[in-house]
Amino acid sequence: MSLSFVNLCYLLSAVLFIGGIKGLTRPRTAVRGNLMAAIGMLLAVVVTLLDQSILSYGWILTGAIIGATIGVLLATRIQMTAMPQMVALLNGFGGGASLAVAVASFLSTSGPVAASGIVGLTAIGLTVLIGAVTLTGSAVAFGKLQELLPGSPMGFRGITLFNGALLVAALAIVATLAAGNGGIGLVLVLTAIALVLGVTLVVPIGGADMPVVIALLNSYSGIAAAAAGFIMGNTVLIVSGALVGASGLILTRIMCVAMNRSLASVLFGSLSEEGGEAMDADEVYAGKVKSSSAEEVSMLLETAQRVVIVPGFGMAMAQAQHAVRDLADTLERRGAEVIYGLHPVAGRMPGHMNVLLAEAEVDYDKMQPMEQINPHFAQTDVVIVIGANDVTNPMAREDKGSPIYGMPILDVDLARTVVVVKRSLSPGFAGLPNPLFAKDNTLMLFGDGKQAILDLTGALNEAA
Amino acid sequence: MDMIIMQVSLFVLAVILGVELITKVPATLHTPLMSGSNAISGITLVGALLAAGSGEVGGLWVSVLGMIAVTLATINVVGGFMVTNRMLRMFSRRG
Repeated sequence: MSLSFVNLCYLLSAVLFIGGIKGLTRPRTAVRGNLMAAIGMLLAVVVTLLDQSILSYGWILTGAIIGATIGVLLATRIQMTAMPQMVALLNGFGGGASLAVAVASFLSTSGPVAASGIVGLTAIGLTVLIGAVTLTGSAVAFGKLQELLPGSPMGFRGITLFNGALLVAALAIVATLAAGNGGIGLVLVLTAIALVLGVTLVVPIGGADMPVVIALLNSYSGIAAAAAGFIMGNTVLIVSGALVGASGLILTRIMCVAMNRSLASVLFGSLSEEGGEAMDADEVYAGKVKSSSAEEVSMLLETAQRVVIVPGFGMAMAQAQHAVRDLADTLERRGAEVIYGLHPVAGRMPGHMNVLLAEAEVDYDKMQPMEQINPHFAQTDVVIVIGANDVTNPMAREDKGSPIYGMPILDVDLARTVVVVKRSLSPGFAGLPNPLFAKDNTLMLFGDGKQAILDLTGALNEAA
Repeated sequence: MDMIIMQVSLFVLAVILGVELITKVPATLHTPLMSGSNAISGITLVGALLAAGSGEVGGLWVSVLGMIAVTLATINVVGGFMVTNRMLRMFSRRG
């Protein structure tokens, strides 16, 4: 096949990717968009396989069979609640693949992936750096999400400085490589430094900031692919990598805005911020917290006209999405209007709550984003907060000294009654007490999220 | 040098296009968008195939690294597109 034909096919792939991503931004066209992108990928792969520079298929077949098996198993077996881990894992694999391609390319003296000149060598260095950071960074994110590692920020004083030093060293090596000095040994040193950097960059970031980290790593995996494209001068890699890099960056920005934090403060600030005096939890809660029972809450719900359910990470942890849906159905049968109020950073990944509720077959229109639902809390009879904490903390609105001041929250406290389903009064990821729990119109329903919701539904059905 | 200028232009234009495409995405689609675009970043598979298939020319290490890259990229591509499809089907069941 002629080179121009191959390149034309790559162009068609890139167009299919663009159409696919565009499709993925609208509910109506999303399935088609995903399919379009998959076809683009298939086209790129087939054209590459027919390329005359491919001489042996043994290694390819082995890798493809192992990869496809694992991919299919992961995609079909994974639970929806574990989706953040899955995305983190996939990001890491993408980065790892780019890393391996870059090192292979450095080792090839001739052939299709061989690189030469300052451009090729710079690209190799950058791909190794970004790919390796994506690989281990995603691995740490996966560990935190899977709870193999503690979700709280970890690290040591001066970790930011340490990371800075690693980055400078890595860039110096990239420059040395680009100048044509240094052999495979130096590439391996660069790989090692970048692998460590990936770990130390993500380890100090707490669980609540995971949506930002995942979106950012998503962006990195794209940029790594684009950098690999520069090694071989392959346009389809450059274009698709850039698209993914941009989309990840935008999601990162959306998440940061939703938390009223800058990207820099998410990445570097979590440890240094801990200086301020913490509000005393006992003082906030003393004697003002009202514990309730399923029966009491169900009596409230019997007369409620409008109910808003506000889920958070706790719903994912308790796997309570189906129970919540059942409760909503029961309420609707009794004539109440039920809406879900979703904060953009509820859960551990962008859109986490939406995916879970969709799994429980909740209608699209009933999932309302923060801006849409907030003006309506004042006309709401009962808000049920399940497993959400920081995103409902009124201190973000009222207390200028609070670390979360300025973060947009769901104004659940404006509703007539707020029912908070929670295991205990323990603080959320931000480590702050939540004055919402002590408000006059708040009832605490202590217990496991799923069991509490099941009890509520049961009590309601008995009343009927 | 002309080649690199062209490639950089392509990169910059693609970034701008990406930004323009994605500014307005409903929160419902954030996760599928991430897993779907992640599958697209598995395009590095093309480079992996070329490395793994380079045969005698590149030497054993190139082939081995190529195979590792093919494995990882395939997980990324197959897993990514399939799981995205699975999620989106849940959304559109009642669409």
